[in-house]
Amino acid sequence: MSTIRVTVIDREDVSHELEAPTDMNMNVMELCKSAELPVEGTCGGMAMCASCHCYVEDAASADLPGKSDDEEDMLDEAFHVEDNSRLGCQLHLRDDMDGMVIRLAPVG
Amino acid sequence: MIQTDILIIGAGPCGLFTVFEAGLLKLRCHLIDALPQAGGQCAEIYPKKPIYDIPAYPEILAGDLVDQLMAQAAPFKPGFTLGERAETIVKDDEDQFIVTTNRGTVHRAPIIAIAGGLGCFEPRKPPVDRLEEYEDRGVEYIIKDPEFYRGKKVVISGGGDSALDWTNFLADGVASEVTLVHRRDGFRGHPDSVQKVIDLAEEGRIRLLTNGEVVGVDGEEHLEGVTVKHKTEGDIRLGCDHWVPLFGLSPKLGPIADWNLNISKNAIEVDTFDYSTGVDGIYAIGDINTYPGKLKLILCGFHEATLMVQSAFKRIYPDKNLVLKYTTVNGVNGF
Repeated sequence: MSTIRVTVIDREDVSHELEAPTDMNMNVMELCKSAELPVEGTCGGMAMCASCHCYVEDAASADLPGKSDDEEDMLDEAFHVEDNSRLGCQLHLRDDMDGMVIRLAPVG
Repeated sequence: MIQTDILIIGAGPCGLFTVFEAGLLKLRCHLIDALPQAGGQCAEIYPKKPIYDIPAYPEILAGDLVDQLMAQAAPFKPGFTLGERAETIVKDDEDQFIVTTNRGTVHRAPIIAIAGGLGCFEPRKPPVDRLEEYEDRGVEYIIKDPEFYRGKKVVISGGGDSALDWTNFLADGVASEVTLVHRRDGFRGHPDSVQKVIDLAEEGRIRLLTNGEVVGVDGEEHLEGVTVKHKTEGDIRLGCDHWVPLFGLSPKLGPIADWNLNISKNAIEVDTFDYSTGVDGIYAIGDINTYPGKLKLILCGFHEATLMVQSAFKRIYPDKNLVLKYTTVNGVNGF
């Protein structure tokens, strides 16, 4: 089983170093929830709410997949949207994301 | 007044399955839901999305799951109060709960099962300072009656169908001035509505401000203007009588938060023996409860509902022996 390290900065500015498997088709939202970080994931990862809105502060060596129309549409209903905004549920963990840094967006 | 055995708050999958399990024990159910239809999130947010972790269904659309649960519950003739939010709860002198909705519908039952999922769906409010001060004084999150905006200067925010449709509607001789503010160039609404908005903007009948978002509100007694932060042009102030931010719905725990239950992280703490809350006679099942090891899955909610009605039966009939009924023996005998 292959694992990578992902840093998640929570809303209190605390960094959490998380180990994440890359062979389970896991996404950033699920990773945060499994670490009991305050991410709702209301819709269960279908890009149908924006409760896993986060910022990719450092994508490491990953060439991140572009935003689908669904993801872009849902970000329209989020607040505090920046150029590096993503829905965590749409970022599936891959080996080239080792060292990635994610920041949770404010709740809203 | 509506009298029942188990009053279920929330008509999502978990609440609907409760009707079936309660029915097997000859207990009648009535459901209240703030949404206008049964099915909860499955019906409201993702009816056309497949679910893969319902036992015996390799794949089922959320909307179809709701239909199947309704069919399974049908023999037990559940009652529904839909489009109303359970607001207050009090106990009467016969140890029964009285639950009243925001529209004044009164329900009475010895058992309350809260199956409220993530809570009631309410409009998402943008994080703008002093926004609350202008609510109902120029800031509205839902357009109830378009006539209210006749002759007014209106700013609408959002990029979805409701923002586009209301922009088109109000621009058609209702409001005196309409501005649509959206965070990016693209719109996710119906292509016809998008085209109509673009045409109106080109004809000068509305003002279309893309790549911007409203970050401030101002006014003395009533809203007088909003400030838009624009990606390239900086801050722009728009004088207006109304600002209508349309950013969809998000779930909030709502009035249940004031029912004196133990709340932790927006969920109700329960005893996993029978999913009872700290208040005798009130249970919480499905996504709205929490306990060590909790998983927010539909199938876990079904299990919780099944155990909960056993406990509810014993509370209603303390002297009766409860026998587990296998549907394989006698089938399902409805009311």
